[in-house]
Amino acid sequence: MPKELMDGNRAMAEAAVRAGCRYFFGYPITPQSEIPEYLSLRLPQVGGVYLQAESEVSAINMVYGAAGAGARVLTASSSPGISLMSEGISYIAAAELPCVIINVMRGGPGLGNIAPAQGDYNQAVRGIGHGDFNLIVLAPNSVQEMADYTILAFELADKYRNPVMILVDGLLGQMMEPVEFKEEPPKQFPKPWATTGAKDRPRNIINTLFIEPEELERLNLKLQEKYEQIKQEECRCENYLTEDAEIIVAAFGSCSRIAKAAVEEARELGIKAGLCRPITLWPFPEESVRKAAQKAKACLTAEMNAGQMVFDVRMALKDRIPVHHYGRMGGAVPTPGEILAQIKKIEVQING
Amino acid sequence: MDKVIASRTKGLTDVPFHYCPGCAHGIVHRLVAEVLEELEIMEKTIGVAPVGCSVFAYNYFNMDMQQAPHGRAPAVATGIKRVHPHSVVFTYQGDGDLAAIGTAEIVHAAARGENITVIFINNTTYGMTGGQSAPTTLLGQKTKTTPLGRDKEVNGYPIRVAEMLSTLEGAAYIARTAVFDPPHVNKTKKAITKAFNTQLKGLGFSMVEVLANCPTNWNMTPLDSLEWLKENMVPYYPLGEFKVSEEVDRNAS
Ligand SMILES: Cc1ncc(C[n+]2csc(CCOP(=O)(O)OP(=O)(O)O)c2C)c(N)n1
Ligand code: SF4
Repeated sequence: MPKELMDGNRAMAEAAVRAGCRYFFGYPITPQSEIPEYLSLRLPQVGGVYLQAESEVSAINMVYGAAGAGARVLTASSSPGISLMSEGISYIAAAELPCVIINVMRGGPGLGNIAPAQGDYNQAVRGIGHGDFNLIVLAPNSVQEMADYTILAFELADKYRNPVMILVDGLLGQMMEPVEFKEEPPKQFPKPWATTGAKDRPRNIINTLFIEPEELERLNLKLQEKYEQIKQEECRCENYLTEDAEIIVAAFGSCSRIAKAAVEEARELGIKAGLCRPITLWPFPEESVRKAAQKAKACLTAEMNAGQMVFDVRMALKDRIPVHHYGRMGGAVPTPGEILAQIKKIEVQING
Repeated sequence: MDKVIASRTKGLTDVPFHYCPGCAHGIVHRLVAEVLEELEIMEKTIGVAPVGCSVFAYNYFNMDMQQAPHGRAPAVATGIKRVHPHSVVFTYQGDGDLAAIGTAEIVHAAARGENITVIFINNTTYGMTGGQSAPTTLLGQKTKTTPLGRDKEVNGYPIRVAEMLSTLEGAAYIARTAVFDPPHVNKTKKAITKAFNTQLKGLGFSMVEVLANCPTNWNMTPLDSLEWLKENMVPYYPLGEFKVSEEVDRNAS
């Protein structure tokens, strides 16, 4: 397949179609509107349905219905819209239904702005809705990865019967890069539990109500067991120049590319810096973070927020070394120079 | 040979209803189930249960069921119907579910002409949460949260859902019925049949609003509650068909 030049949003949309997704329900919001715009034309071409809902609340519930009915289904939104989906996402997780949710993050809180930000990390990995549940959260950092991980997202969702979120920001969503779509067909999973009409089989029920505490606790335990398995099997992380690194910069998504440039500049100055880039934000790749920091004397997280992933890094490293945070907020994007300045400051602290 | 005069519909499971004695939910469940059985469409029907007293509808209707978040049944039904356009999809919703928290979902499902059937139980109150006021509570009616009676200065006016939705182009069949005596039970069954036929013919959105009693939260005996319904609800919520599109008249009657 030849490479095509595409923006990240459209690459995710096209990848969803190639993953066998035929249903999209959503509500317009910047900076993700290229996704619904693309799919409104593309899905009908392949016999699918694009439907613009009256709100994100309605959109996620259409997703809930379609997922329960056995379809590969996608929704996409940006920060405020994701907040509105929160109740529905909790239902989808409780009913153990597969679906993919794209959050192209923007500046917050409130209406914020439409500039790129990473302020929804905590929401995605631990606060997306009520009750004990987790999403699988993927954080690509290039247009190619946005395409690849969209396909992976549908496969993981079906495999674990769990909602999967792709967490990116407006920078990645709107950035043009060459992308190549794989030829191999996506993995499919049987869905004998789906509501398709009870013909020649016992009836199927999609439900999240369990009046008896013991009964609900059984569901909770089952979910926890599943999450444990996902933690064992699905952690993904990219470590770069970490083998001898004394200073680890941890960053995800768009910010990891800026951090990578800073790490390379630091190396040119003779500072032993390395980059640790979690790709799954949940499950958080603790083992890989520890491995990256084996020789490290300090760690720095670079995020486009007030310091959210930094707590997961601290937990992974269990306070063995100091973990600093450098962040920009409000849609401001850090420069490699800003991150390099932080690396130099830490270098002075650890090596005098 | 013994002749079977009446038997329980196969449209319902053997699970006993949890509804209070004399509550209309049980009657309407039976009517919906009978219609689905008689139309021989149980095997291709997917029902959507609401949040409200009828949340357990998924235990009672003997077919594939999904339980929806409060008010979102029409959106959930939309998702199912778009995936399985040849199946029959219905929602069963109370007036808090449909006319308060789920107003946007029901209006837009109707506006889209979503080819689903909605069974709407208007009992002027929130039964499940203990009898608070609903958007359908009548002026002057006492509830747990209108202890002195609904006051238009504070709570505004009750919503006539059937009339409101019948103004929408996408609505093909809209009726309001009641189940306070056998003739009206029969009329309700006819309306439900017509609503499902509307869907089977692919004619668009159909809804039957059923005026219902809630003896428990109205603090009345079942019989008194039916009298109260007749005297107070029917004048404000007139019975009848509010929208029968030409196509429904020709094809689904
Ligand atoms: C998001 C949300 N808000 C509130 C509730 C609490 N709640 C449960 S049922 C209900 C009202 C149900 O009333 P209605 O729809 O009229 O049905 P009925 O019980 O009268 O049949 C409410 C407010 C909830 N479950 N979810
Ligand atoms: S509380 Fe009211 S609506 Fe609910 S089951 Fe009892 S009588 Fe019926």
